[in-house]
Amino acid sequence: MILHPEVIANLLASYAATFMVIYATFYGVQILRRWDIRSGDELQLALERKTYLISTVLTYVFALQLFSIFLYVFTADALCPLFVGAMCAAGTLNVNAFGYPTLLIKILTFMLAGLWLILNHADNQGYDYPLIKKKYSLLAFIVPFMILETILESAYFLGLKADVITSCCGSLFSIEREAGLGFILVSLPERAMAWIFYVSMLCTLTCGIFFYRRGRGGYLYSILSAMMFVVSIISIVSFISPYVYELPTHHCPFCIVMREYHYIGYFLYMLLFTAAVCGIGTGALLPFRGVQSLTPALGIFIRRLAIASTGSYAAFTAIVTCEIASSNLMM
Amino acid sequence: MIELINVKKVFNAGRPSEFTALGGISLNIEDRKVTVLKGPSGSGKTTLLCIIGCMSRPTAGRVRLDGREISGLPERFLTDIRRKGFGFIFQVPNLIRGMSVLENVMLPAYPLGEPHARLKERAIRGLNDFHVSTKATSKVEWLSGGEAQRVAIVRALINDPDVIIADEPTAHLDTHLSYLFMEIVENFKKEGKTVIIASHDPLVCESRIVDSVINMRDGRIEGESS
Amino acid sequence: MDYETQMRSPIERQRGIIDFTLSSLMRRKVKNVGLLCLYALIVFILASAIFFTSSIKKEASLILRGTPEIIVQKMAAGRHDLFPLRDMEAVKNVRGVAAVEGRLWGYYFDDRLGANYTLIVPPAARSSAEPSEARPLFWFNAAALEPGTIVIGEGVARVGKLSKGDSIAFTAYDGSTIDLKVADTLSSKSELVSSDLILIGEEDFRKLFDIGKDYATDITVEVKNPREIPTVASKITRVLPDTRPIVRDEILRTYDSIFNWRGGMMIVILSAAILAFVIFAWDKASGLSAEERQEIGILKAVGWETSDVILMKFWEGAIVSLTAYFAGVILAYVHVFLTGSLIFEPALKGWSVLYPHFSLTPFISAEQLITLFFLTVVPYTIATIVPTWRAAIIDPDAAMRQTGE
Repeated sequence: MILHPEVIANLLASYAATFMVIYATFYGVQILRRWDIRSGDELQLALERKTYLISTVLTYVFALQLFSIFLYVFTADALCPLFVGAMCAAGTLNVNAFGYPTLLIKILTFMLAGLWLILNHADNQGYDYPLIKKKYSLLAFIVPFMILETILESAYFLGLKADVITSCCGSLFSIEREAGLGFILVSLPERAMAWIFYVSMLCTLTCGIFFYRRGRGGYLYSILSAMMFVVSIISIVSFISPYVYELPTHHCPFCIVMREYHYIGYFLYMLLFTAAVCGIGTGALLPFRGVQSLTPALGIFIRRLAIASTGSYAAFTAIVTCEIASSNLMM
Repeated sequence: MIELINVKKVFNAGRPSEFTALGGISLNIEDRKVTVLKGPSGSGKTTLLCIIGCMSRPTAGRVRLDGREISGLPERFLTDIRRKGFGFIFQVPNLIRGMSVLENVMLPAYPLGEPHARLKERAIRGLNDFHVSTKATSKVEWLSGGEAQRVAIVRALINDPDVIIADEPTAHLDTHLSYLFMEIVENFKKEGKTVIIASHDPLVCESRIVDSVINMRDGRIEGESS
Repeated sequence: MDYETQMRSPIERQRGIIDFTLSSLMRRKVKNVGLLCLYALIVFILASAIFFTSSIKKEASLILRGTPEIIVQKMAAGRHDLFPLRDMEAVKNVRGVAAVEGRLWGYYFDDRLGANYTLIVPPAARSSAEPSEARPLFWFNAAALEPGTIVIGEGVARVGKLSKGDSIAFTAYDGSTIDLKVADTLSSKSELVSSDLILIGEEDFRKLFDIGKDYATDITVEVKNPREIPTVASKITRVLPDTRPIVRDEILRTYDSIFNWRGGMMIVILSAAILAFVIFAWDKASGLSAEERQEIGILKAVGWETSDVILMKFWEGAIVSLTAYFAGVILAYVHVFLTGSLIFEPALKGWSVLYPHFSLTPFISAEQLITLFFLTVVPYTIATIVPTWRAAIIDPDAAMRQTGE
């Protein structure tokens, strides 16, 4: 293990978030078992008060997960001088088998927490808590992922060993590490990928606007927005990042959050996360449009989610296009 | 119209300290009238006021407000009904010390998200109506008893409620101020507001402006007189 | 429920609630000042530790950039030995090597002052011929270094109370005494490296340590193409199996991990302090005074909802946190970069008689600030969630029970 202030901060964040989710779920399960909206019992009143605690906790978890994704990438970047062959976060994450899985599951738990908050907000619009069971089942569903994330992250950081000279032997460290996951993405043909990105983005945006105006095609939009998230990430690796770095061979999805590139990556990833969470949330809420106590509030809320998602994707595309247009790199 | 059907309120249910504050109250309170709940302390007046005013939920029974059942609503919705439909005058002014009169008056409207300038204008107008606008910027602890109560009334009216609920409003006022308070209540009535007062002060119960008096004892209604 | 009116200007709602929060914080200045001071102190200590370690790391890497790409040491039975200059030819012939040069340097323990000096023979002849892009380790007047004289670092001058013209008596390998005159003192941007340094002439050095003309302490190798450094280094081990090449990057890496480790240790030690603070914050947040409880009761009675009170408490926490955070960071900046880490310099650099007095070049990055945020604000915030919620669920009818008697 590398005892580095940033590593400690990462682990602290991860343990704290997992603890908070488990804590919230503990009460969530109580609510699942004892909930009776018709009752005016003190128990029911107490449970209703607990819902405030749980949603506050989850709001903090959501924020914490968002920051910790960036902290994690930051840390990987800061540690790269310790590893031979690691030029930036991409290399550090590859030092052992847990680096990339941790990042992926971090993104997943962040999105699940976001989805939970969306569900929670929708539920709060109904006077009879119509989604309460679903909401707390989702919470219980998040728990194993949070625990897995913590285990993976601990394994990753504990498994890091710096390539350091020791006093007894000055052996050389020149093992070249192959980038595994990234390698496939990098080798995708850039021009084709750019076409795929723009065409699918156009479809997604059209579908989103159509849903916003006509109220139809919501499920399709939800699926498209989830897929678009993946396509966008691949596009960043494949053809967007070389334009940002102005280096045809540099495909790193992490360096764009660094100061050298004016932190542009933050904007891009924030927009992507917003777009995906809101887009998936749209689909998740659609089945409940018929719930009597939620109309018409839910319909308005779903459309707002859809337009937020569409707007974020549009902004993402605009920034990416600007970057490409203003880049000195020609491909 | 506020209807209560067999409303019960039990505290500490299932424990040795179980205590039934209200034991099955059925009652209709008419709009635009002044209703007084009369009874000794501990008779359940305040508990009943809390349930009528959407501050707490009954353990059993139904409460209907203008035909809509509100007894099963969660706190979030009760609060929303309460802050738009009810104004509260407490036994003590319950102003927040250290803050100015104006801020205290504006307090209930903060969570509603009304533009600040408009809210302030309304608050000053309210203070004017009750002749305390000169004190707007003073701290509340510098007010006299009568002034403090008038400020509390302005605060109760800031969201323009239809129902005014007052709990023992004259308990800490001298006779002169108590009469002044009843004049204010008369004005409420003229403006078409429903007023519900819990009191055992004869000056209130026997006032000519009161439309009906409900006698309470040990959490039950003993009789009604108009 | 009317959805539209509920959503009416959420920004105004935030503004109203922030207004209230600010005025309620101001009303309880005295109560909050204690918490704020302690909070700021914790941030200050952690920030100082982080700023200090990372700028010293930065400093070290700047210095190392000026050192040769590869140093080759001769090994004898696993021990570092003198390098025979005749082997230099073999290194020179390795493809990719631009230049090879012998170095003479060593440690000298002065038992009168109880201090360790680093004695170096400066490569005087070369320094003018080859202007290096990297920042040189030190500047000195090369002309001043004649046989029988030395140039000393600031630390040496300070400890021995020496100035130009004084002399130091060195005890040579055979017990005899050699007096060397101080010709000058070093000027350096980074006293960290030059503090314990003594520059000495080649002849004097060989006399002092009894090193023959054919030997050097080690040799430095310059490589034409930086990408070939690892290849060149491994070729050298093949040509001269009894040598050990040390690549600059490895030194950098070692420095990096040593300083990180120290910084990390510091935080582990301080975690007890953070924990204590978190418990304090929890306690402070749960122990509402009667007045505060009454206030929240009033708020709820006049129409604030539980989530409004939670929001108010959130803003309260945010205001306190940010104030403490920025106060702590600014104080730490002043402490580390302007006062030279008065308070805990010894803990981080290790004790030494020739303790360098230096000012670090200010270096702060977003990563440091975020890390610091995670180590201080996040624990505080988590500690206050439950107490906040407890405060927010106070019954609205509590205000009705205020009888004033």
